[in-house]
Amino acid sequence: MEEIYKELVEIVGAGYVSNQPEERFIYSRDPGTMEPHEPDLVVMPATTEEVQKIVLLANRKRVPIVPMGGGLVLSGLSRPLKGGIVLDMKRMNRILEVNETSRYVLVEAGTAQGMLQAYLKKNHPGLKHSMPDSPPMATIGGNVLIHGSGHLSHAAGFHSEMLNGLEVVLPTGEIVKIGSCSTSPYWFGRAPLPDLAGLFLGWFGTTGIVTKLAIKLFPNRPYQDVGVFVTEDPELVPDVLHRVTGVQVAEDVTAWMTPRPDWARGFQHININYAADTPEELTGKRNLIRASLQKYIREKVGGFMVLPPPMKKGFLEAPQTTLVQFADVRKGGGFEYVGGIMPIELFARAYRAGIEIAEHQRTTYSTGARVIGLGHCMMFFFAYPFNRADEADVERARKALEETNRVVLDMGGIPWKAEAPAQKQIIQKMDPKTFDLMNRIRGVLDPQGIMNPGNWEVE
Amino acid sequence: MEYAAILHRCFRCGYCKFPGNYIDLNCPSYSKFRFETYSPGGRMWLLRAWLNGEVQTSSRLAEIIFSCATCGNCVEQCVFPKFKDDILHAFIAGREEMVNKGVVPPAVRDYLKAIQVHGNPYKLSAGERRKWQEGLNLETYSDQEYLFYVGCVGAFDERGIKMARAVAILLKNIGVSFGILGAEENCDGNEARALGEKGIFQSLAEQNIRDFQRRGVKRIIALSPHAFHAIKNDYPKFAGSLEVFHYTQILAMQAKKISLRQAQAPRRVTFHDPCYLGRHNKEYQSPRRVLKAFPGLEMVEMNRSKENAFCCGGGGGNFFTDLLGSGPESPARSRVREAAETGAAILAVACPNCAKMLEDAVKAENLEEKIAVKDIAEIIQGGQI
Repeated sequence: MEEIYKELVEIVGAGYVSNQPEERFIYSRDPGTMEPHEPDLVVMPATTEEVQKIVLLANRKRVPIVPMGGGLVLSGLSRPLKGGIVLDMKRMNRILEVNETSRYVLVEAGTAQGMLQAYLKKNHPGLKHSMPDSPPMATIGGNVLIHGSGHLSHAAGFHSEMLNGLEVVLPTGEIVKIGSCSTSPYWFGRAPLPDLAGLFLGWFGTTGIVTKLAIKLFPNRPYQDVGVFVTEDPELVPDVLHRVTGVQVAEDVTAWMTPRPDWARGFQHININYAADTPEELTGKRNLIRASLQKYIREKVGGFMVLPPPMKKGFLEAPQTTLVQFADVRKGGGFEYVGGIMPIELFARAYRAGIEIAEHQRTTYSTGARVIGLGHCMMFFFAYPFNRADEADVERARKALEETNRVVLDMGGIPWKAEAPAQKQIIQKMDPKTFDLMNRIRGVLDPQGIMNPGNWEVE
Repeated sequence: MEYAAILHRCFRCGYCKFPGNYIDLNCPSYSKFRFETYSPGGRMWLLRAWLNGEVQTSSRLAEIIFSCATCGNCVEQCVFPKFKDDILHAFIAGREEMVNKGVVPPAVRDYLKAIQVHGNPYKLSAGERRKWQEGLNLETYSDQEYLFYVGCVGAFDERGIKMARAVAILLKNIGVSFGILGAEENCDGNEARALGEKGIFQSLAEQNIRDFQRRGVKRIIALSPHAFHAIKNDYPKFAGSLEVFHYTQILAMQAKKISLRQAQAPRRVTFHDPCYLGRHNKEYQSPRRVLKAFPGLEMVEMNRSKENAFCCGGGGGNFFTDLLGSGPESPARSRVREAAETGAAILAVACPNCAKMLEDAVKAENLEEKIAVKDIAEIIQGGQI
C-alpha cells in the first residue's frame, strides 16, 4: 500500500491523499447502522484526469476503489467492504454550464446540492433543480446515481429521470460520455441514442465513476404555497394521492405519519406543495387541488389542516431542516431508514407494517412517503433514529431495518439505496436471469472486479 | 473530558460546513483540508473515538483538533437546538484534554510556553508593550471614562500596531475620554482559553481583573474582538464584571461626528465580520453603521457576511500557530478572493488578527492593485494616521 500511496501523492498532491488512522476511521462508517469497514487509503481528486489515473493505478495494483459523494446515504454504501481506496469526490464541485433556454445544468459530480441551489438562486433566479431532503452537503452525482428524489419529483420523477447525460471513468480507465453530449456540444438529454445511462444508475459505484453530469432545471416560480390534507383512514390515501396527482399542478406531494407530537398521532398528513408565477395562478392551483379532494371533504373523512406560519415556513423549505431534527428524537446521533419504492396502492399496508414493526422492535414508528411522478410510484420510508452510544439500541434499529426490508419486498416494493445485506435480500427476490445479466454487464465493464466490491453480490 | 457525553449526538449531517445560504463551504478547516476529518462532525467523531480508544493519540489527530478556528460557524448553522450550543465547548474541552496529556502540536506548545514565560506570544519584554503609542501623546489610564485595551497583537504586531494607532487617534479626535495601560497591560488570554489552556487563561483573567479593579476601571474599549469576547463573556466567571465595548461600538455611538468628517473620493467597501465580534457576540450592525455614516463610501456585502461570514482562519489560536497554513485554499486567501469579486476597493476589517491575515492573503493572491485591507478607523482617518 505504501507504493500506491506514493503514486496517489504524485497524482493528486500530498495534501489530498491519506493513509492515516484518522481518515481511515472516519471514512469507514456513516451515521447509519452498518458495521465499519476501513479503507487503506482516502484520496480526493480534483479532475476527471486525476480520477482516470487513480482508476488505472487501482487496476494495475488490483485494489478496490469506492467512490463517495456526501457520505450521507445512511446505508453504508461508500464503506469499502473489501478495503482499498475511497475516492472522496467533493473537490470536484464546479458548476460548469447553465443553459437557461434548454433548462439544464452541467456540474461536476461532487457538487453539493446546497451549493447548486445557492448558485442558481444568485445567478439564475428563474431556475431551480429538484432538491432532495437530505442535508445540503449531499452531492448531485451521488443522489442521481442512487435514484434519489426531491422537491420536484411529483412533477418530474426520480432524480435519475432528470438526468441528461454523464461523463464516466470506466473501471478500466476510459473516459466516456453518455447521452447527447457524446454526439453534440449540448447536454440536452439521453434520447434518441441507445440509453447507456442505465449502466451507471442504481449500481452503487460498481460500474464506473461518474465525474460530470447534466441535470434538468425547472422554473423557479415566485409564489409558493403548501396545503396539508389530513385523514385518519390510511385506506383512503392511495385514492387521495391518485386524485391530487391527477390534476398535475403540484410540484411535490409527500406524506408523513408520526405519533409525536400527540396531535399528529393516528393521522395521515399529505403535504401538497405548489407554486405559481402570479397570485391568481396560485389561487387557481389551490382551487384545483381542493376540488380534486372535495369528495373526501364533503364526506367529512378528510380536510385541509390550518397551518401555523412557522409550520408552513418549514414545509416550504428545501431541504426541510425539520426532517433532520426529527432524526434526533433519540438524542443519539444515529439515523437510518428504509425507503421502499412501491406503487401508491400499497400505502395502507406499508403504514400498518411500519406500526407493527415499531411495536415488535420496541421502537417509535415514523413513516412517510414521497410521490414519484404523477402517482406512478412512491418512496415510502420507515425511519429508525437510534442512539449511537447504546449498542443495544443500534442493534434494535439494525433488526428493525432488516425486518422492514423483508416486509417491503414481501409486499411488492423494493428497498431504495439498500444496505449490502438488503441488496442480498433483493437479489433473492430478483429474477435470476436479471441478476445474471447484471453480473455479465459488470464482468465486461470491470473485469478486475475493483469497483466497490461487496455490493450487488450474493457472496 | 467535559462535554464527552454529547459527542455521540453529532450525525455528521454537514449543515455546519456551510453558511446559511449554502453558497460555499464555511468551515475554515474543512474548506482548507477537505477531508471529512477536518469538519466539525469529523472532529466530534474522532474525539469520541479517541476517548474510547478506537483512535490513538497522534500528531495528525492533534492537528485536526487544533486546526479548528473556533469561528462558531458550526454553532450558528447546526440544526440541532441546545446540542449546537456545546459544539465549540466540546472542541475546546478536547483541546484541554490534549493539553493535559501533553500531546498538543509543537506550534501550540510554543505559543503557550511563550505566554507562560514572557506573558505574550512574541517573546518580547513587557516594556515593549508601550511602543505602539509612541508619539501619540496618549494618557495613561487614571480616571478617564474608558480604558483602551489593545492586547498583544495591537501592541506587538506591526499590522496590529498600525491599527491600534489609528483607533486611538480617531477616539481622541472625536473626543472620547480614555486612557491606556502601556507597558502595564497584560495578555487577555482569549487564545490560551481557545487552545484549551484553562489554567493560563484563568491566571491571566484573574490578574487582569485585579489590575482593572485596582485602577478603578469600569468601562473598557477593546481593540480586538478576541479580547472583547473574553472580557465580556469569560471574565465574569472570575468575578470580573466590567462594561466592555468593541471600538466599533464606541464609533457607532459617535456616528454623527463621523458623518461630519471630510468626505473622501467615492470608494466601494466591503466589510469582513470578525468571528468574535459577529457570530460570538452578535454584533453585526455597529461596524456597518460607522461605515455607512462616513461620507463617500458605498457598502457592498460579500456572499458570506454577518452570521454567515467566512473566518479569516486566524481564530482559535491559529493566528499564532498557523495550523491552517497558507496556500491557495487557505481561508484568508479564499476570503480575499471573495472580497475582490464584489468589486470593492477596500476590504474593511475590525480586528487586528483579521487585518494581518487578510493583508498577507491579498499579497499572496496578487490582489494589491485591486483591493486594500483597511481597518475601519484607518478608513476614516484616511491619510491622517
